[in-house]
Amino acid sequence: MQLDNLYQEVILDHYKHPEHKGLSVLSDVQVHHINPSCGDELTLNLSLVDGVIVLSWDGVGCSISMASASMMAGLLSGKTLKQASPIVDSFLSLMQSKGTQSGDETLLEDAVAFSGVSKYPARIKCALLGWMAFKDAAVQVQGKYSLGSES
Amino acid sequence: MSLNAALIRRDFPIFERMIRGENRLVYLDSGATSQKPNVVIDAEANFYRNNNAAVHRGAHQLAEEATEAYEGARLIVADFLGAKADDIVFTKSATESLNLLAYAMGSASMENRFHLHEGDRIVVTEMEHHANLIPWQQLGKRTGAQLSWFNVDAEGRLDLSDIDSVITDNTKIVALTHQSNVLGTINPLDAIIARAHHVGAVVILDACQSVPHMKIDVKTLGVDFLAFSGHKSLGPTGIGVLWGREELLEELPPFLFGGSMIASVTMTDATWAPVPRKFEAGVPNMAQAVGLGAALEYLEQVGLEKIHAHEISLTGRLIDGLQKIEGVKIFGPTDLEMRGGVVSFTVGGLHPHDVGQFLDSKGIAVRTGHHCAWPLNKKFGINATVRASVYLYNDEADIDALIEGVRGAKKYFGDR
Repeated sequence: MQLDNLYQEVILDHYKHPEHKGLSVLSDVQVHHINPSCGDELTLNLSLVDGVIVLSWDGVGCSISMASASMMAGLLSGKTLKQASPIVDSFLSLMQSKGTQSGDETLLEDAVAFSGVSKYPARIKCALLGWMAFKDAAVQVQGKYSLGSES
Repeated sequence: MSLNAALIRRDFPIFERMIRGENRLVYLDSGATSQKPNVVIDAEANFYRNNNAAVHRGAHQLAEEATEAYEGARLIVADFLGAKADDIVFTKSATESLNLLAYAMGSASMENRFHLHEGDRIVVTEMEHHANLIPWQQLGKRTGAQLSWFNVDAEGRLDLSDIDSVITDNTKIVALTHQSNVLGTINPLDAIIARAHHVGAVVILDACQSVPHMKIDVKTLGVDFLAFSGHKSLGPTGIGVLWGREELLEELPPFLFGGSMIASVTMTDATWAPVPRKFEAGVPNMAQAVGLGAALEYLEQVGLEKIHAHEISLTGRLIDGLQKIEGVKIFGPTDLEMRGGVVSFTVGGLHPHDVGQFLDSKGIAVRTGHHCAWPLNKKFGINATVRASVYLYNDEADIDALIEGVRGAKKYFGDR
């Protein structure tokens, strides 16, 4: 079924059992992102502990947006901002590929499952919700630690 | 004779195509925009093929024909609403019609009846589409007038128990929807109009969801202004209608300035053309107006009473079917009294986007999201719903396909 290309097993797994979901009590920065076309909402907490990313999140949204946020949090937690940056860029590029890319598995791991989403223009924003929140939070946390020059 | 949807579908070429592979199109999103019959597509194209010229200008034959076609469309709209042709203003959309009113009222001078100032009140309802909320909210901010609203009860009906304290003596504008685009509720107008007129306020009706689906006669309706869009009424996009009472349109200042809307112009001043030209600056969307004319004639031919009865029958089947599915929650009235063919619902813990995507894989088109009524969604404590809306080309098989599709979505996503 064509739909299975969009809703791959690993996506539905993350939707049903999201990782890093539930906001930490403290964080260096907190961002709140909304998808105005559907009303989906996501809050992301980002802290740097010895330069290493610690993420937690909460939100309301469709399986694509929630699974993508879950995988994003799993992939980027434990990395430095410098290590996270190419992963984020790779995911963004995959989403803009209109189905022509299968995704860089060494960088994206399970998140290559979202390659099917890039064929559904209306759903790309869902898949990007968590990632755009991370980009926003990363800029803010850099400002906070004045790490701009190092990253 | 009841309406034969299968026969009607033959007039709409889009139903010949297949969706997501080999699925027939089950189009249940007419609340967002309707599909177009051949007569509309042809009327629009033929205007460009045969009669295209700028209306109300030029002495040549094409200009005459174009003007005749455009003004002919105005007559059709007027007949459709039981109005006079001069009280019909063409805009590009219902959104523009409502903004026209808000901006024109906002620029009314002190001695004009529409002038607003601090202490005045504008009344809306909690179920308004953003297009009939934000223009008034922002007009309030610009003029100092206070925005108040009628609440919506748990059933999805307007709570009019506090009508006298909502529509107060200093209320100037009451703007509300005829039928909610989310809940399907048809609002009772008589008490609201009576109270509004008692305090000297004008009543503005967003009729986007009612004019395409039921017989409306502005003479008996009692409101002062009415807006609807062409594209929800089988017509093209880019054409909307504003109807107003003659004396009110005359007193209302213009909104857009430019060609065609003037009586005389000097370097320092200008006077305005009579209504409706005063509100139609620039070369209008002529082909789209002509297309709308063809659309309304088509609706008249089928018969608005028949269309409404057909939609209500389908809505009953839809509500019954949905209520039999465990976990489905309908937002809005579940009885058919004073309700139209728009049904919003959620399916257990499934996100409406996912339900919509599953339905799409079966060729079923529904709307998912907040339907441009964010405050109403918040009121019900939800972020989004699935919305199915019916029109004359839908039939029982479409409804049954949706019901089966919703069951399928529950199974597919494991009814989380």
